[in-house]
Amino acid sequence: MANYTLTTPLTSEDTKQLKAGDTVLLNGTIFTARDAAHKKLVALIEAGEELPFDLEGSIIYFVGPTPPKPGDPIGSAGPTTSYRMDTFSPTMLKNGSKGMIGKGKRDQGVKDACVAYDGIYFGATGGAGALLGKKITSAEVIAYPELGPEAVRKITVKDFPVTVINDTYGNDLYQMGREQYEVKN
Amino acid sequence: MREIEFEVVVKAIRDMIMHCGTDLPQDTYDALAQAMEEEKSPVSKEVIRQILENANIAKDEKRPLCQDTGLAVFFVKVGDEVRIKGGLLRDAINKGTEEGYREGYLRASTCEPFSRANLKDSVGYNLPAIIHFDIVAGDKIDIEYAAKGGGSENVSRARVFPPAAGKDGIVAYVKEVISDAGGNPCPPITVGVGIGGTFEKACISSKHALFRDLETTNPDPEMAELEARMLTEINNLGIGAMGMGGTKTALAVHIESNPCHIASLPVSVNVQCHSSRHTHITL
Repeated sequence: MANYTLTTPLTSEDTKQLKAGDTVLLNGTIFTARDAAHKKLVALIEAGEELPFDLEGSIIYFVGPTPPKPGDPIGSAGPTTSYRMDTFSPTMLKNGSKGMIGKGKRDQGVKDACVAYDGIYFGATGGAGALLGKKITSAEVIAYPELGPEAVRKITVKDFPVTVINDTYGNDLYQMGREQYEVKN
Repeated sequence: MREIEFEVVVKAIRDMIMHCGTDLPQDTYDALAQAMEEEKSPVSKEVIRQILENANIAKDEKRPLCQDTGLAVFFVKVGDEVRIKGGLLRDAINKGTEEGYREGYLRASTCEPFSRANLKDSVGYNLPAIIHFDIVAGDKIDIEYAAKGGGSENVSRARVFPPAAGKDGIVAYVKEVISDAGGNPCPPITVGVGIGGTFEKACISSKHALFRDLETTNPDPEMAELEARMLTEINNLGIGAMGMGGTKTALAVHIESNPCHIASLPVSVNVQCHSSRHTHITL
């Protein structure tokens, strides 16, 4: 397991060096989206219309933050459970996105799309919203403000800590880790 | 008949909610610190270290522990010699909930089931609260509160077994529920198991079991033994913190058992994430 520091947008060169279990400190611009926003973004892609941000090399963070206190860019902002985005993520990866941040297992379609399009599924520590929110230095709603916490935000992160769950080679840290520590009866 | 002012209840609820949103209870913090010591996997150890660092930041800077600040769940025991002056107890709890969530910069997470429209501007900010009332003797009101997140609720399940399933059947079921959940409910988890009663009684018991302090032992030795057996079986699954593989999938298993129908053995498994935000007051 290796440690990396990467800055967005990511390239295939960036993602192909990563292996499940590696830890990464992310820097640069990241976009947030949850279920409702993904549905709208994928509908735009399928209709051939312009997206509110450039997907190429982008990382999508599955998060619905708490409201910011006065003077803060964002409130607490840890990952939400990712499987709800499983039907949308392959389309995002096929159209240039290179990474996702969330928590919890993904389906085979997402793992296959990571292999096919050099994508990475990163896990962040769920329930560490205060810690992770402090790694976000700016935040701006750029689409779907009516969705409230689920709106699409453009955020800037500094040394945002994540772990590689699914890499571009089909590995899955959740499976590997569990096999290593499972005690069979 | 003792009287408590409506606004006194509102303020107590508001304070409890704001405190719980940012300050991890000591029993949970201590259990996590012990789990970090004992965890064999370096990856899971680092995850628990981040969880504890997060708790310190949240407490010191009064930031929400998690962006999922939960639905507000209450178990309320109302003494038969006390009344609320100036309104209904349910309204006071809901008002305190709304004020606590809004003033604490906590997230409004209630929505309409199908349109998914957020209810903050219609019903109220993070309303309605989920309230379970009971009537007891005395002139006090006892209020247990937890902020219950969605990720761990989503993996919870209930089933009515035939009586022959027995303890082995229940242990296998609990193990199956936690195995299928993997890292989704944010382990290290606490597992509430409601046994017996009717279908809904088992569910409510499994929820209430999560309110018990982590350092306590079940007063019924038979249930304490069953809890220990389930905990070992769950930790043998190897799921680890956030599902990354490890030896500490659960901090504790808590059982609440009830008498049941001769034909049935209801079982409910309610899962609580590591951010076990629960507290208790008496008015």
